[in-house]
Amino acid sequence: MDDVFSIAGVELASRLILGTGGAPSLHVIDETLAASGTSMCTVAMRRVDPTTSGTILDVIDRHGVRILPNTAGCRTAREAVRTAQLAREALETDWVKLEVVADERTLLPDPIELLDAAESLVAQGFQVLPYTNDDPVLARRLQQAGCVAVMPLGSPIGTGLGISNPHNIEMIVAEASVPVILDAGIGTASDAALAMELGCDAVLLASAVTRAQDPVAMAEAMALAVRAGRLARTSGRIPKRFHAQASSPTEGMAVL
Amino acid sequence: MTIELNGQPHEVDDGTSIAELIMSVTGSARGSAAVVDGEIVPRSSWASYELRDGQSVELITAIQGG
Repeated sequence: MDDVFSIAGVELASRLILGTGGAPSLHVIDETLAASGTSMCTVAMRRVDPTTSGTILDVIDRHGVRILPNTAGCRTAREAVRTAQLAREALETDWVKLEVVADERTLLPDPIELLDAAESLVAQGFQVLPYTNDDPVLARRLQQAGCVAVMPLGSPIGTGLGISNPHNIEMIVAEASVPVILDAGIGTASDAALAMELGCDAVLLASAVTRAQDPVAMAEAMALAVRAGRLARTSGRIPKRFHAQASSPTEGMAVL
Repeated sequence: MTIELNGQPHEVDDGTSIAELIMSVTGSARGSAAVVDGEIVPRSSWASYELRDGQSVELITAIQGG
């Protein structure tokens, strides 16, 4: 069965998008990119450090993986728009993972600044993938603004708490006209599988892999979970029942 | 002459272009963006843009990030 996943008309072979933040070394990123089978990974934009040897771009390029720059660390629409413009110059892509967070403690998106930044970037020709709250109304507004995907959080960045409000994620999926990518909060493979079972089109995760004790094995686990969850979603699960229903026939029982 | 590069004083030859500065700092034209005195300089202008004494340059690149 063909099960094509595409964003803004670009087909991606994998429904697992890997964040590269938190990895102990470029070598680990190299191995996790391979183990995850991902088609796209995120990077952040920061000042050049001439003392570092080798760059993450060399590693990513070797795998032929698409690069999605983010605006991590930005608190205002103005900062996020500037960062996206820098990323477009640096990486020659108009795709951007738009992050505008309210504060350090929660790293929750600031919805007002986020929508403002999204509108501005869409007007400048960017393909905007916003990291958003699990708020169906905000997700709708971001789509109306012209975003090419919406990326609701499962729970706050780096917490590994999984999907706090599965019903909200289902509501976002139910009315979405663009891909829904579960972004942030994934702790382990079952969280990623649940995201896909709820109907998300893809999962974006970083810490769950990069900060795992064995990042490479966890990358493979996440790849399998995303595939399993997607297959389950498209296979038509059985309805939940209150009482038991025997799977073995009751006809033809021996008289004992 | 002295420019400010990412917040630090940095010596360059007179007439150094942004393209030359980027090559000398990063060794590659790939993956960098330049902001001079608060204005983003498009990649297409790097070769022709000659830096002047005292200008403030921010060189930005991709690093690990979620």
